[in-house]
Amino acid sequence: MTDESLSIDIDRWVDQTAAVMDLPLSPDHRPGVVDNASRIWAIAQLFLDFPLPETIEPAPVFDPTLGHASTTSSHSL
Amino acid sequence: MTLDLQQADAVAIAQAVRAKDLKATAATEFALSQIAAKDPSLNCFTTVLAEQALIAAAQVDDAVQAGKDPGPLTGVPFAVKNLFDIQGVTTLAGSKINRELPPARQDATAIAKLKQAGAILVGALNMDEYAYGFVTENSHYGPTHNPHDLNRTAGGSSGGSAAAVAAGLVPLTLGSDTNGSIRVPAALCGVFGLKPTYGRLSRAGAFLFSSSLDHIGPFARSVRDVATIFDVLQGTDARDPICTLRPPDPCLPQLDRGTEGLNIAIAAEYFAHSAEPAVLQAVEQVARALGATQHVTIPEADRARAAAYIITATEGSNLHLANLKSRPQDFDPATRDRFLAGALIPGSWYVQAQRFRRWYGDRVQELFQTVDLILAPTTPCPAPQLGQEKMVLDGVEMLTRPNLGLFTQPLSFIGLPVLSVPVPQPQGLPVGVQIIAAPYGEAAILRAAATLEAQGMIAAPVVQSLPAS
Repeated sequence: MTDESLSIDIDRWVDQTAAVMDLPLSPDHRPGVVDNASRIWAIAQLFLDFPLPETIEPAPVFDPTLGHASTTSSHSL
Repeated sequence: MTLDLQQADAVAIAQAVRAKDLKATAATEFALSQIAAKDPSLNCFTTVLAEQALIAAAQVDDAVQAGKDPGPLTGVPFAVKNLFDIQGVTTLAGSKINRELPPARQDATAIAKLKQAGAILVGALNMDEYAYGFVTENSHYGPTHNPHDLNRTAGGSSGGSAAAVAAGLVPLTLGSDTNGSIRVPAALCGVFGLKPTYGRLSRAGAFLFSSSLDHIGPFARSVRDVATIFDVLQGTDARDPICTLRPPDPCLPQLDRGTEGLNIAIAAEYFAHSAEPAVLQAVEQVARALGATQHVTIPEADRARAAAYIITATEGSNLHLANLKSRPQDFDPATRDRFLAGALIPGSWYVQAQRFRRWYGDRVQELFQTVDLILAPTTPCPAPQLGQEKMVLDGVEMLTRPNLGLFTQPLSFIGLPVLSVPVPQPQGLPVGVQIIAAPYGEAAILRAAATLEAQGMIAAPVVQSLPAS
């Protein structure tokens, strides 16, 4: 299925990128993923081409002095 | 003096317990009885820690009897969104998958601080799975119902936290906010919800969603309660790499300063459209009460919302990628496909969103050189029906759930402190207004809120009787 209002083939994007990500998509889930991918694509267009000076760096700033104690295993599964 | 525990706020409870007019045990038993009576209709709680709470309350009572002062929240029952680590309890974060985790080894920092101030933890609260939602309609644990109308959503993702306070189950709760997850449920349930400055409060021991955007914060029914709990929670924390190194800035002592010297403006354009009349009227009423007449335009707010969405989707998906690959069927259908799609976003889009965030943050910082506070609606509408897929705003039909965050998302995007204040509607459901400041401007926000509260403009009375569902 291709949404004719978009300039790209969402189905192909979803299938190819899922393959690159080694992310299996079951037939049950795929329609919802395609639907959400369409939405993501449309949302991203709102800011992707907004011109920014080259001097604008990404917001997060890395502080090499900040250590981080390893988190408890409670949060890994 | 007999305190009306039904309506008493946290400060009143703590005062009474410290003055030995009330036992912590009695306050805790009351909270537990309210939970037993009302929670079956509301579904706020996923875990109730009755035994633990009563033991803790007895210890507080012993301390008070011995002449000690546990702190500003002595004997106050509280509960937390179930993404906060509670020692000995498995941190669900709204999921089925996390049930398999071992119990947390220690309390989240925020919980430890509240306990150190004398508060009594009574349980953990329902949320959207992994915080990815604005409605707390959780397929594993059920929806949380709005105490004002059980057929309506409590909002999300901290729905249990907001509804528990609105219904008077406990006077204080903790939640988290990435794109609106404290402010949206606060507005829909008619209570106060504070999303502080990004990094102001430690997130240590809270299960994250999107590290760039996650904040923790409190719900309460009075301004002094918000100020009290916020002051207790402030402080550096080596366990949290993004927690500020700034020393605490106590807000409670500043509440009575009023709004003198504060330049307050109303957010125009993006924040003045796509909202129901009752919502926009509430903003106008609050503005009038504060003497605010000027308008400001927060530029490119629609692009900010879009960039926040891309960051959220990418970071959230990355965090859960291993489980999305191996067990997608165990996710809530409401979150699963969004998480899966988020794994497909090009890296360059994510970086671009973060660069836009820097640009946008600089523009908003310029705005705050001439204003101290900005007012905006919290949500475009009062609480929708549970399961409501679409809504109409300004004659345009749109999806309900993502658009509940229309006005919250562009602000959390750059970590601005925001308090959602409840504006009761005599004939209808409550609505919320956001009071927004520059980073670390919480004291100014709370001063304005205290002024509004003293005028009777904003209030969060406990919902007296739950309507029949």
